[in-house]
Amino acid sequence: MTTRVNISINARRYEYEVEDRTLLVHFIREQARLTGTHIGCDSSNCGACTVLLDGQAVKSCTLLAVQADGQNVSTVEGLTGSFNGLSPIQEGFRQEHGLQCGYCTPGMLMACTALLAENAQPSESEIRHALEGNICRCTGYEMIVRSVQWAAAKQVQQ
Amino acid sequence: MIPAPFTYLRVGSVQEALDALAEYGDDAKLLAGGHSLIPLMKYRLATPKVLIDISGIAELSGVTFEGDSLVIGAATRHAIVEHSPVVKEHCRLLAYTASLVGDPQVRNRGTIGGSVAHGDSASDLPVSLLAMDAQFTAQGRNGTRTIAAADFFVGFWQTALTPNEVLINIKVPLAKQRWSYQKFTIRSQDWATVSSAVYGNAVALGAMADIPIRARDVESALLQGADISQAALLADHNTSPSSDTRASSDYRRHLARVLTEDGLREALARN
Amino acid sequence: MSLVGARVLRKEDPRLLTGRATFVDDLLPANCTFAQFIVSEHAHADIRHIDISQALQIPGVLGVWTALDFRDYPDLPGGLPDLERPPLATGRVRWAGEPIAVVVAEDRYIAADAVAAVKIDYNVLPAVSTIRAALAPDAQLLFPQHGSNCLVTVPMLDDLDRAMEACDERAQLRVVNQRCAVVPIETMACLADWNIDGLTMWATFQAPHHLRNKVSAWLNIPQNQCRIITPNVGGGFGAKIVFAPEFFIMPLLSKWVGRPVKFSQSRTEAMLQMTHGRDQEHDLEVGFDRNGRIKALRMVVTQNLGAYADPTGLGLPVLTNWMAGGCYKIAKVQTAFRCVVTNTTPVAAYRGAGRPEATYAVERLVDLVARRTGIDPVEVRRRNFIEPQDFPYETHNKAVIYDSGNFPALMDECVRLLDYETERKRQEAFRNDSSKPLIGIGFSTWIEIAGFGPNGSLEGFGHLASWESTQIRIHPDGSATIFIGSAPHGQGTETIVSQIASDELGISFDRINIVYGDTGTVIQGIGTLGSRSTPMVGSATKVASQRLLERAKKIAGHLLEASEDDLVVADDSFSVRGTPGKKVGWADVALASFQPLRLPPELQAGTLEERLFHESPNFSYPSGAYGCVVEIDRRSGKVRVAKMVLIDDCGTVINPLLAEGQVHGGVAQGIAQALFEEMQYDPSTGQPITSNLIDYLIPSAPDLPNYIAGRVNTPCPNNPLGAKGIGESGAIGSPPAVVNAIVDALSHFGVEHIDMPVLPEKVWKVLSTATKGST
Repeated sequence: MTTRVNISINARRYEYEVEDRTLLVHFIREQARLTGTHIGCDSSNCGACTVLLDGQAVKSCTLLAVQADGQNVSTVEGLTGSFNGLSPIQEGFRQEHGLQCGYCTPGMLMACTALLAENAQPSESEIRHALEGNICRCTGYEMIVRSVQWAAAKQVQQ
Repeated sequence: MIPAPFTYLRVGSVQEALDALAEYGDDAKLLAGGHSLIPLMKYRLATPKVLIDISGIAELSGVTFEGDSLVIGAATRHAIVEHSPVVKEHCRLLAYTASLVGDPQVRNRGTIGGSVAHGDSASDLPVSLLAMDAQFTAQGRNGTRTIAAADFFVGFWQTALTPNEVLINIKVPLAKQRWSYQKFTIRSQDWATVSSAVYGNAVALGAMADIPIRARDVESALLQGADISQAALLADHNTSPSSDTRASSDYRRHLARVLTEDGLREALARN
Repeated sequence: MSLVGARVLRKEDPRLLTGRATFVDDLLPANCTFAQFIVSEHAHADIRHIDISQALQIPGVLGVWTALDFRDYPDLPGGLPDLERPPLATGRVRWAGEPIAVVVAEDRYIAADAVAAVKIDYNVLPAVSTIRAALAPDAQLLFPQHGSNCLVTVPMLDDLDRAMEACDERAQLRVVNQRCAVVPIETMACLADWNIDGLTMWATFQAPHHLRNKVSAWLNIPQNQCRIITPNVGGGFGAKIVFAPEFFIMPLLSKWVGRPVKFSQSRTEAMLQMTHGRDQEHDLEVGFDRNGRIKALRMVVTQNLGAYADPTGLGLPVLTNWMAGGCYKIAKVQTAFRCVVTNTTPVAAYRGAGRPEATYAVERLVDLVARRTGIDPVEVRRRNFIEPQDFPYETHNKAVIYDSGNFPALMDECVRLLDYETERKRQEAFRNDSSKPLIGIGFSTWIEIAGFGPNGSLEGFGHLASWESTQIRIHPDGSATIFIGSAPHGQGTETIVSQIASDELGISFDRINIVYGDTGTVIQGIGTLGSRSTPMVGSATKVASQRLLERAKKIAGHLLEASEDDLVVADDSFSVRGTPGKKVGWADVALASFQPLRLPPELQAGTLEERLFHESPNFSYPSGAYGCVVEIDRRSGKVRVAKMVLIDDCGTVINPLLAEGQVHGGVAQGIAQALFEEMQYDPSTGQPITSNLIDYLIPSAPDLPNYIAGRVNTPCPNNPLGAKGIGESGAIGSPPAVVNAIVDALSHFGVEHIDMPVLPEKVWKVLSTATKGST
């Protein structure tokens, strides 16, 4: 069974006839061809596939594309800002070495973006708990925490 | 990890959902947040032929009052329950428990009804709802019925809901009771190794049997005047915890006693 | 200003931060097909029949292939003679998850349906999933033709009995270094496109030329028609230098279906198919005097290889034996090992690869000596350290000559930053206060072997050689491209190499780019493994830059009519010392290098290209002192790392930010091994029971501490940079620091050892036994 699905991703509409079982992450990666969003597990544990759905962080491997029909998705490709085009959180990751291999990074960035939208000045503990659904195998997390703190500080300054 | 093929139906009302359930019978599954069901489908441990998406049914979402109860729509997302000022004011136990489900992304999608209908004993919300003697409203073609929490959880991943019923809402009492929810995990983001909810004089346990259960011996000891530490020692009575990679059944029994004692003390301190 | 040593932000980051990086699964060429393996449900079985008929009827399925279809091709490279691993299971499956057949379909959804439709009839055999079961007298054999599940035995040269008997005291210890899953967040993936011009394969791999050499030989095609590209790679940690069957099978499938074929594992597949790490058991004995001086050490290692002998898996216990003496002066060290096959996923390199196991053993033993003698563990370490003046230090093994180090200084700094005295007082104060957690303090002073390596070292693992290559190309505008043989995947080598080259060449950092991971453009390389990139390719680049600069100066001198000896280069230009204003830009020098009419007569057009294969006379030996404070909840037994102090000596630090990042990441994996992670099997069936990220416990941000990092630098004398490498140090040094701290916290209950992972229940058992004993 297929369904015509219309999803706005980063303010651009993508309309495709897809199988009902198509996962949102595959719609984003293989129909819309926005490959910045990654897949790291099967069980909603790693968070590599995190995107914003109508502004909220969700794991796009555990949603069907049809469930997101008519909704707005934001992915890493849609992040922009005043730091050479990067958003504060992207620049924070660069400044504080919050990434190494970079595979979990888009999901991390989207989870952090959601966090900072909700809580502009999170404590260290709030940052760590907000990211508990995102696994990074490279950094040991401290530099990710610093990256979020960098971005939070810059957002206040701006 | 790809689900087997199925047909997706989005329904706009409970009646449409019931009609679809009647039409497709055992081949159909209800989909709300999907955070219990979709992973199972990806592993092909669940292979429904029809998915009936009830998340868009307006009447199933949100928090309202009804007499001395708070009524939580079955398709209300965990994040809503967690942050709802009404829930926070009138049922802190529920708001707090919702805040410990999964991780932020899971809470943004998962629903209270989906969580309880999945019937996992290691889930958070069923334990607290059991402690609160929550009432579950189910609607079938022949009308609605109310199921008490004590009767709702039936067996491993099984509830009292029949295949032709839709869970409509969950009612929790407004009465201000002392409360606590204690969850032991090895990692921060995890299912409960064991959990314990205290609400007034009620104590419920998660992951101590196939279903969430009440610690009746603890409750009666407390009623008979036992002190907290003595009563908590009875927490593992009539439990049947399993052994797995996280914990043996003996350790779970121990944790049940510890968490129950901590929960009772915390609840008392909130009195 | 020198960039070497500076906190330079990474060149790699912008593409990774914007979703513009390309990982293998991001590629989707026209007409692409998708492959997926059908894997064994059983740990040990004979395959009776494979029924592919239903799968073939699914629209969009292009075919299903089994071992029969590959019978004209050899077994996978490496391994032991006559016991090699076939590309697909041939008749018998030896672990749950072993690939049996492969399907190719129009898309990954159809492929998944086809996998579910293949029916396999098995004759199930008894499975052995542990070393003990594999070595039982009546054990089911994985390779009956070999006659034993023990494939390799390297005995002790001298049993040490006399040396041990001469000691005041002896202590024995048996430790288990449990099996870990590697879990790079990007699973294995490759995309093979074999068209009339030859084969191109994109693969997530740490050593593209290594793979190219083996794949072309296996397929019997010329190397110039076998191009391997490793684009952005999402972590490797050792598991991506293994010759997994997909890299050999996918090219053939592409040839057979006449279209590109993409393969990408799910996490569940990766948990079972990617090689695992560690899985050693150690029988240890130490002899010492009453003053805590260690006189003799015996280490017998049993390596669980899993179902097949991977070449790096076979190398693990060798490295463990090599590093058995740690950073201590021990008169007699004797080692032995044996390798055992079991019905489990094959074991190979995982961050540290054999050295974490050695460090864990030695550091547990040193703490045991401290316990038995009643001397502070810091003091026992100090009494046994190899002293700074002892380098180069010849160890018990001729292959291992420690280059440099300063263990007393590392220890002092660790003790200082840990605030050791205060922590001891806190421990004492808390011990008898049941409202407080139990405190434990643990140390690990360690040395590892890195910078692989001198000639001959990597050849043993099947590599072409042990050098690393660099090739510097100056473009006509004075910008530079450097082609390196390493294949970084998160280490930041683009940044490191650019820093080194910028300093040497005087070309600004932003005008240098690094190319790697493509056998079609990089002349030849070895790869990124064994903490080698900075010492090897960094050194190569430094020397090559110097050589190239000599010729550039000749051109600049010719253009300026000045002596090349008077030239200084900086900020993209050459100037004449003592003659302000007399300068020529790198761009003009570069342009002239392509214009014969402007060149000095001894040079030819295109002269500003330099390549160098850097050979190293020795390994490098990073070292460090790590200190850990744990807090243990008395009722649940749950351990929290409260403080983690990390003093590293990696020689010259090129970029402190990146060095710290490497240490953090390694330590996170080390703490995870100490507290959380273990790949487990049902002992009766051999079924894996931790094959997803729900049950395999990888920590997330709230589960790990902040790190207090410090540094002592003793430059490596064996390369021109003085760098030792730092990629694996954290994973090597940290597990024993954590476990020593836990044992320290429980010491008053008589606990002398506790096996990893120290899950809460293990500690609770100790605590509950102790409490029962005292009442």
